[in-house]
Amino acid sequence: MEEHKDRASSSISIALIGSGGAGVMTAGSMLLEAAGRAGLFGIMTRSAGPQIRGGEAAAMLRLATFPVESHDNEFDILLAIDWLNADRFRAEIPLGTQSLIIGETDAEPPQAFTDSGARTLELPLKQIARETDGGRENMVVLGVVCSLIGLPLEPLHQVLESLLKRKGQAAIDSSVACVDSGAAHTGKHQGSYQLSLSSEKQCDLWNISGNEAAGLGAIRGGVRFVAAYPITPATELLEWMAPALEQVGGILVQAEDELASVNQLIGASFGGTPSLTATSGPGLALMTESIGLAVASETPIVVVDVMRGGPSTGIPTKSEQSDLNIAIYGLHGDAPHLVLAPMSVADCLFTTQWAIHLAEKLQTAAIVLSDQNLGQTRAIIERPADVAFVSGRSIQETPMEGYQRYAVGGNGVSPMALPGTAGCQYTADGLEHAPSGIPSSRAEDHRQQLDKRRDKLVNHDYGDHWALIEGEGEFAVITWGSSLAPVREARAMLLSDGIDIRIIAPRLLLPVQPERMQQALAGVTGALVVEQSHGAQFFHYLQAFYPQKFEFMSMAQPGPLPIRPEQVVADIKTRGKY
Amino acid sequence: MDQTSTSTAALKPKDYKSDTKPVWCPGCGDFSVLSAFTKAMAAMQLDPERVVVISGIGCSSRIPAYLNVYGFHAVHGRALPVGIGLKITRPDLTVMVAGGDGDGFSIGGNHFMQACRRNVDMTYVVMDNQVYGMTKGQASPTTEPDWERGKLTPHGTRINPFYPLVIALASGANFIARASSNDPNGAARVITEAVQHPGFSFVQILSPCITFRPEQRDWKKIVHPAPVVATADPAVAARRLMTDDNFFIGTLFKGERVPFTPEFEPRAESAHELETAFRMSA
Ligand SMILES: Cc1ncc(C[n+]2csc(CCOP(=O)(O)OP(=O)(O)O)c2C)c(N)n1
Ligand code: SF4
Repeated sequence: MEEHKDRASSSISIALIGSGGAGVMTAGSMLLEAAGRAGLFGIMTRSAGPQIRGGEAAAMLRLATFPVESHDNEFDILLAIDWLNADRFRAEIPLGTQSLIIGETDAEPPQAFTDSGARTLELPLKQIARETDGGRENMVVLGVVCSLIGLPLEPLHQVLESLLKRKGQAAIDSSVACVDSGAAHTGKHQGSYQLSLSSEKQCDLWNISGNEAAGLGAIRGGVRFVAAYPITPATELLEWMAPALEQVGGILVQAEDELASVNQLIGASFGGTPSLTATSGPGLALMTESIGLAVASETPIVVVDVMRGGPSTGIPTKSEQSDLNIAIYGLHGDAPHLVLAPMSVADCLFTTQWAIHLAEKLQTAAIVLSDQNLGQTRAIIERPADVAFVSGRSIQETPMEGYQRYAVGGNGVSPMALPGTAGCQYTADGLEHAPSGIPSSRAEDHRQQLDKRRDKLVNHDYGDHWALIEGEGEFAVITWGSSLAPVREARAMLLSDGIDIRIIAPRLLLPVQPERMQQALAGVTGALVVEQSHGAQFFHYLQAFYPQKFEFMSMAQPGPLPIRPEQVVADIKTRGKY
Repeated sequence: MDQTSTSTAALKPKDYKSDTKPVWCPGCGDFSVLSAFTKAMAAMQLDPERVVVISGIGCSSRIPAYLNVYGFHAVHGRALPVGIGLKITRPDLTVMVAGGDGDGFSIGGNHFMQACRRNVDMTYVVMDNQVYGMTKGQASPTTEPDWERGKLTPHGTRINPFYPLVIALASGANFIARASSNDPNGAARVITEAVQHPGFSFVQILSPCITFRPEQRDWKKIVHPAPVVATADPAVAARRLMTDDNFFIGTLFKGERVPFTPEFEPRAESAHELETAFRMSA
C-alpha cells in the first residue's frame, strides 16, 4: 500500500485460519521454513479450538529481517480458507486499518474482523485449487502470501519438495502448481506488503521450538535420563527427547504419573546420571513433595515446567506466567532450591543447560519456568552458541575413611559418593540427618544442614547470566520469561520517541540476588513490573525480595492473550509520566 | 559380579550391618527381616558397595540405614520409582526396595502395580504387619475389615483388604513369594531366590507389629509352608491363590516374563549431530 508504515518492510505479521482439515498449520509451517531458507527470521504460534483433532485453527506468523521473539501489535494480513468459528480468534488477531483481510469469494468475513477498518480482498481460492489435479487451498494460500510479501517462490518449492517427498512426485507437482497459481492471482496487491529481503546470506539459521530448544539444552548439559508423564504443553519437549536421548546413549521412560517420574529422576541421579523431567502446572503440583526430597537429600534434578493457564486444569493450550508462586514457595519446609526462567525460544536452550549445570554443581533441585508461549512457538533463530555448562557434579571417587555424605563446611557442597564406590556406603535421606546421613532430630544438626543447603546456593557466583539488563533510563521495566519480548519491543518503540527505559529481566529467580539487583537498579526512580498473571505474582515477589525506596507499579495481565508491545508503551507513558 | 572371587575373605551377615541402632520396638518383626537381608546378602556374597536398598517412610522403611550398603530413604510411598530410575540407569547394581504395607499398597499402591508391569530386575520386600506402625496404629490396606482398634476406624475399616500376591500376579511381577519374620533363615532363602530371579521380584514378609497388633505374636503358630513348589505358569499360580489363607509361606511363582532392560548404546557421535535437524539448509 502506498501509505504503508515503514516498519512493515522489516516485519510482516500474517494469520492463516481455517476449519478442520483445511491445513493452515501445514501451510504456516511451510511458510516459516521457506522464509528461513530465504534468510528471514520469524516466529509461528498456533491456536486451536477445543476439538481434540481437527476443528478450527489459526497459524500466526511474524516474518522479519531481524530476530523476532513476539508478535507485533497488529497483523498485516489475515487470510482465511473459510470463516467457520473464526470469531474465536478475534482477540488473538488484532487488525488495523492498514491490515488486509483475504477470504473466499462471496464468503463474507465476520464483522468482528471487518470492524477493525481493515480492507478486504476476495479470491476464488477453491476454484484456483480445483484447476490443479489434487490441488489444495492451503497451497494456494501459500502462493498468495508469498506474492503479497514478495517472498521468492524458489525456497518454498524447495520446502515442498523436501516435506512432501514421501507423498510422491504427484503431490509435490500439484502443490507447486497451486502455489504458483495462487501467487499469480494477487493482481495489484502483489508486493503490497513487501519485506525487504537482504541478499546477504544469514549465518547459521535454525528452525526450532522452545520445547525442542530446552530438550537440546538438556542433552548438551549432560542429561541422559528423563522420566515423564505426558501433559500439554510440555509433551513436545518429551517427544523430541525420546529419540534424541537414544542417540546419545540415554533414555526416556514414560512413567505412570508425575509422582513416579520425579522419583525416578531422584533414583537415576543418585546413581550418578544427570536427570530431568518436563511437565506443566498440574504435574509440578504433584511433584512438589519429592522435589523437597531432592533438596533435602541433595540429589540433583531438573524439572521444566512449561506453564499454561491455571489454576487446576485451567487452559492447557494457552500461556500464562502463573506458576511462579508454586515454583518459589511451593515446597514444604525451608527448602532452598533453584528457579530459572528462559526468556526467548533460543534462551530455552541456554537456561535449561545452565539449570542442569547448577543443579548438578550445587546438588539441588532446579525448576525451569518455561511457558506455552515459548515452548510451542516455532522460530527461525541464529544458532545458539555452545556454552561450557555441563553437569560437573562433585563426586567422591575414591574410598575414604569416615566418609560423610552431608559433611558441613567449605562452600556447603559435599562430595557425593556413587553406589559402586567401596567404603563410602551411606543412606541418602529426606529425614533430617547428621553429616553422616543418619537421621537426627537434634536442633544442632537441623540448623547445620539447613545452613548448608542454603549457603551452598547463596554463596555461588552466578555471574552475569542472572539477568538480562538493557538500557540506561531512570524508569525501569522489570519483567521475566516470555513477557520480556513485548517489553523489548516496547523499548524499541519508545527509543524512536527519544525515551530510553531500562529493562531488567532476571533469568535466575531463586536464589534471589539482592546485590546484583541493587546494582541493576542504580539511579532508577520508578519501575513498572510486567507479567502475565492475574495475581501479580512477580510484582509481589519483587516487593518481598527486592524492596526499594520507590514503589513498584504493576502491569499484570492473565493469559491467554499475549502482552502486546503497544500496551506496554501506553502503560509506561502514563505510569512513567512521559 | 564375580561370586567365585577368592581374593577377599568371605563376607558374613554381620559385615552387611551398619553401626546404627534400630529405632524399632523390642520384639518388632522387622529385626528378623533385617537379619534375613544380611543373611541373604552374605549367601550371595554381594559386594556391599554394589547393593542399594531403597525405602519409603514407616517403621519398616528405616531398614536401609541399618545396612552397610548404599541406601536411599525416600518419601512415603515412592520408593519403587526411585529404585526403577536407579536400576534402569545403573544395571550393574543390585537394587532392592523395602517398606511397609501402608507405604507400598496404600499411598504407593499404583507404583506397586506399575512396577510389577514394568518388570525391572529388582527385588521388592514388603514387611506386612497389617497396620500403620509409625503413625501409631491405624488400619492399613491389608488390615481385616473388622479390626476395631484402628483409631481412625473405630468400627473396623469395613472395606475389602488388599491381596498383594494377587495384585502382583495380575500386574506382571516375575517372582512372587511370602515369607515370615519368625523364620529369618527361610526368609533369607526367599530373598536370595528373589534377587537371583530376573525381573521384578515381590516378597511379602509377615512381620508382626507387637506394639499395635500384639495378637500377631500368634502368627508364628499359624504360618505354614506351602505344600507345593513354585510354578512358572500364572494360571496355576492364580488357582493356588484362590485357596490361599494368607499364611502360606514359600515361593508361589517364578515366571518367565521378559524383564525391562532398555539399551544404552549411543548412536550419534555427539550431541552436535542432533542439531542438524534444526539447521536451515538455505
Ligand atoms: C505424604 C505422607 N503422608 C503421611 C505420612 C505419615 N506416615 C508416615 S509412615 C505412615 C504409614 C506407615 O505404615 P507402613 O508403611 O505400613 O509401615 P510400618 O510403620 O507399619 O512399618 C504414614 C501414614 C507421611 N510421612 N507422608
Ligand atoms: S510400632 Fe510396630 S512396626 Fe513399628 S517398630 Fe514398633 S513394633 Fe515395629
